[in-house]
Amino acid sequence: MLRWVVWRDLILAWRRRADALSTLFFFVIVVSLFPLGIGPETELLRSIAPGVVWVAALLASMLSLGRLFANDYQDGTLEQLLLTPQPLYLVVLGKVAAQWLTSELPLVCMAPLLGVQFGVSNDTLVVLVLSLALGTPVLSMIGSIGAALTLGLRSSSVLISILVLPLYIPVLIFGAGAVEASIIGQSPAPHIYLLGAITVLSLIFAPWATSAALRISVE
Amino acid sequence: MNVYKYASPTNFYPLAGKMIPWFATPAAILFAVGLFVGFFIAPPDFQQGDAYRIMFIHVPAAWLGMFLYVLMAIYAGIGWAFNARLASMMASSISVTGAMFTFISLVTGAFWGKPTWGVWWVWDARMTSTLILLFLYIGFISLQSSIEDPRRADRAGAVLALVGVINVPIIYFSVQWWNTLHQGATIRILQKPTIRGSMLWSMLILLAACWLYSVAVVLIRVRCIILEREQNAARFAEATL
Repeated sequence: MLRWVVWRDLILAWRRRADALSTLFFFVIVVSLFPLGIGPETELLRSIAPGVVWVAALLASMLSLGRLFANDYQDGTLEQLLLTPQPLYLVVLGKVAAQWLTSELPLVCMAPLLGVQFGVSNDTLVVLVLSLALGTPVLSMIGSIGAALTLGLRSSSVLISILVLPLYIPVLIFGAGAVEASIIGQSPAPHIYLLGAITVLSLIFAPWATSAALRISVE
Repeated sequence: MNVYKYASPTNFYPLAGKMIPWFATPAAILFAVGLFVGFFIAPPDFQQGDAYRIMFIHVPAAWLGMFLYVLMAIYAGIGWAFNARLASMMASSISVTGAMFTFISLVTGAFWGKPTWGVWWVWDARMTSTLILLFLYIGFISLQSSIEDPRRADRAGAVLALVGVINVPIIYFSVQWWNTLHQGATIRILQKPTIRGSMLWSMLILLAACWLYSVAVVLIRVRCIILEREQNAARFAEATL
């Protein structure tokens, strides 16, 4: 069941490649705007790099959340999925996994390139990728709750940001904190461990909350 | 007397109407007494002068802002779990009061910070987490107001409030840690020298006043919500009482 949902969503995403690519380009453009707005001083750019990359990742993940359930909701597939005897938990997990693979994983892969633009050292690049790889699943997980709650509402895309961005704050703090610790020569391990703990917690609880929200929204 | 009778919005409507004066009147009296003690009886602080008097409203507002969020989540959870309409209505009506108190505590905090710390805003752990709490309230209110079907609005709000409650401690600790990581010289909230009796009393009286005010306002607002959703039944219940 899980594999089927993931596979189906991946095929759908492949047929609409432009959506996933536009998220990626949004991420790249937002990050590239900061040096233009702040100025090209290398020292300054290096010190703000973790925050900029992480905030851009948060904003970019907002873009794809609106699509997470909306298409299935419109063509009625979601109702069918709710009626299947398989646990909804797995369906949600599969859809979120596919969303992560198509919209967040490209960001993680692109991040080192942006880090180089900001003059970040190689060791720090590794930490940046690691923190994004651990943190972005949480963004997808928490975001799926917001997407399920705002399903079919008029101003859903703006609403999702208002609901979800405050809940992203711990991920932002630990994610950017890990990179910053690495820049100033401290060990990023404590941040990474806490980020991992949040990832595990959200993997356990978020699909459950999302399923509840889906049942409320579709009913 | 069957207490559960009042779990029905239509029965609760007239009861709430009768209860409101019993909370609103003491609230007004206690506000007057508390402000009088705070402004005229409590002596000026030897370090902060008269600026510390903002605390008399700041502290109760901050307490209520935090507490009402938890209370709202509990009501929303009860309303969702037991399909109790009244509890959900209470959650919606608490949310606005809670957001107001959180906002007041932020604004009064800024007013206190300017003369005391010299700045309007510091990215202090407590202030930042209060700001995030305000964002959570705004999320709850905007979600509920953008859903037209009241049943769905109640339940969606409940999910959001419960997710928020689980997140509040995580947010609080992460913000606290972030704060210690970033700020070299933190401005601590001044260690209170043993507080004078009249200062403490003023604060406690105003806290009680804010409590009573919240109850009264929440009841007024819940009456409005009942009227909006179940007009005919509520009017009928009050007429026959």
